[in-house]
Amino acid sequence: MGGAARRDEVRAANRRLVRRLVLLPLAMFGFGFALVPLYDVFCEITGLNGKVDTGRAAQAPQGVRVDASRTVRIELLAQAPGGGRVAIEPAAPFMELHPGELRVAKFRARNLGAEAAVVRAVPSVTPGLAAQHLRKVQCFCFDEQRLAPGEARDLVVVFYLDPALPEDIRTVSLGYTVFEVRRQARAGPAGAGRG
Amino acid sequence: MSTATATHDEAHHEEPPRGLKRWLFTTNHKDIGTLYLVFSLVMLFVGGVMALVIRAELWEPGIQHVDPQFFNAMTTMHGLIMVFGAIMPAFVGLANWLIPMMIGAPDMALPRLNNWSFWILPFAGAMLLATLFMEGGAPAAGWTMYPPLVLQTGDAFPFLIFSVHLLGISSIMGAINIIATILNMRAPGMTLMKMPLFVWTWLITAYLLIAVMPVLAGAVTMLLTDKYFGTSFFDAAGGGDPVMFQHIFWFFGHPEVYIMILPAFGVISQVIPTFARKPLFGYSSMVYATASIAFLSFIVWAHHMFTVGMPLAGELFFMYATMLIAVPTGVKVFNWVATMWRGALTFETPMLFAVAFVILFTIGGFSGLMLAIAPADFQYHDSYFVVAHFHYVLVSGALFAIFAAVYYWLPKWTGHMYDERLGKWHFWLSVISVNVLYFPQHFLGLAGMPRRYADYAVQFTEWNQVSTVGAFAFGLAQLIFVYVVWKCVRGGRKATAQVWEGARGLEWTVPSPAPYHTFTQAPEVK
Repeated sequence: MGGAARRDEVRAANRRLVRRLVLLPLAMFGFGFALVPLYDVFCEITGLNGKVDTGRAAQAPQGVRVDASRTVRIELLAQAPGGGRVAIEPAAPFMELHPGELRVAKFRARNLGAEAAVVRAVPSVTPGLAAQHLRKVQCFCFDEQRLAPGEARDLVVVFYLDPALPEDIRTVSLGYTVFEVRRQARAGPAGAGRG
Repeated sequence: MSTATATHDEAHHEEPPRGLKRWLFTTNHKDIGTLYLVFSLVMLFVGGVMALVIRAELWEPGIQHVDPQFFNAMTTMHGLIMVFGAIMPAFVGLANWLIPMMIGAPDMALPRLNNWSFWILPFAGAMLLATLFMEGGAPAAGWTMYPPLVLQTGDAFPFLIFSVHLLGISSIMGAINIIATILNMRAPGMTLMKMPLFVWTWLITAYLLIAVMPVLAGAVTMLLTDKYFGTSFFDAAGGGDPVMFQHIFWFFGHPEVYIMILPAFGVISQVIPTFARKPLFGYSSMVYATASIAFLSFIVWAHHMFTVGMPLAGELFFMYATMLIAVPTGVKVFNWVATMWRGALTFETPMLFAVAFVILFTIGGFSGLMLAIAPADFQYHDSYFVVAHFHYVLVSGALFAIFAAVYYWLPKWTGHMYDERLGKWHFWLSVISVNVLYFPQHFLGLAGMPRRYADYAVQFTEWNQVSTVGAFAFGLAQLIFVYVVWKCVRGGRKATAQVWEGARGLEWTVPSPAPYHTFTQAPEVK
């Protein structure tokens, strides 16, 4: 085989290989973005990050037996980061209940500013595995809340714990982070309208 | 092999052009290898000066020399520059110089792409360094760029993102080139299982690079759109999740640490057999071990984030998967030791660095195993113990392997023997000071000193001072290295073609210095 012929052959082989190799980085760039919905799906199925079912109202616990044999402590937390125009705190730091029992938790929100504030609350349940067993019948986090200047209002969550909650979970933290909605549609690809 | 003389003749016909143009337009793998190596040496010192700023500030508690924001910028920039500017380009430079000569190829498969992938680097590096002079200061959220903190970066933010993009593009192009070279350009008879281990480790590293650098590019692109285009990938207010960034980042980040260490394994597997005057023990097990490490690197990422609140099943999975990596790594360490066993050992500078690599990298590996234990990691996480761990594997690991490689192949590159006495001085000062520098950081971490703070509690003072003394000694010792390289380039005792008595492989069959063009006629490999 002549030197030139072999060179051409190698060059053609290189071109073929490079065309195939380029696909891998392109696919992996896409995979990085695909991880975003995959992450949400994974968390939704497994309930790992405490964000399960937070956007939907649950049915009232009709026919759910109240499990009076055990008591679970619910710790309530709320924070409003950034600026300090809106303040929020739970009416009581914790409550104790039996699984299956329908209860109301109140959070006191205040608009400290001189302008109306529209806020959205993002919930988080810890431990994450308890999230799918915390059923919200009604929640201020389902919608945006409008607070007039200086207004103070009780924001309400009506919820119960599914008796299927694992026995070893005795304390559940329910936290809300309250963000001001600045733009009209601050919807991201990562679960727009969630929370 | 008669090819050596043939290529030597040809070299006279095609002398490289002179002056700046030679370096700007070169498509020669040796020139580009040199450019990469020089660039990484410069970056090593830039990043090193930043490290010394950090260590000077930590000489005693309280704020002495720099303000905390700048301190954090130093830790961030030091990390980014050492990872993307020093260690990775140094290994790419070695790959450029050596892979074609080791497999009997005339050049890299895609010489023009090769030129491009190098010349992106200085621009990316300059862009990153320019952030130091920008409104709001350089990025200071750590090299891992976690949101939401990193989104508070000032004007520097888009420059950070785009320089990471450029560095990624450069690495991907370099990696594609290396794969194409290894798969298509081997001399007749050079089967895959006859390739030197340095070539093998680089083949696997290159696949890791093209698989994960795009994921990093995706992650930082999401940061960019979160900051400027109103998306909410990592913004809880819009339904995103900051923890997701950590998952995506470490999906890149863990393979990345093997990108920095696998070529080092390759270098050590070349150096030790030469100075033990024995073939490498367990060649094929080395290849399989490298491949297993590469595979495992994709399924262990969450051990970097044990404390984010993972369920028990996740902690256990990532803990066991991480510990599994100790098995192929142990195979490698065993093979290196077995290669030395009953060998006719001599301890020239490359061998000294290689032996130090085996010992000190193993220490770093063991502290890695400690960190892999999920319950223990809750104590170690984000402490100086972590800093000690990854500097043992990256400085006394990857960097020592690069030193070993430079001393080992320098006579082949320059045609002169380096100054052995000064080389030994460089080694002994480095190996002592590197331990003075990093070993106390284990104690500091276990005692509870967190990383990435400009200040610390008074009880940590003594060990911090020991560490700072080690840091300055280590930094000064590297000036010896620069002098040795400079002196060797300028002149010295003539090197033979084989250079080392025990050296085996195609690169040792061409004259020293290696002619501008080698293996234009493919050699016959038996």
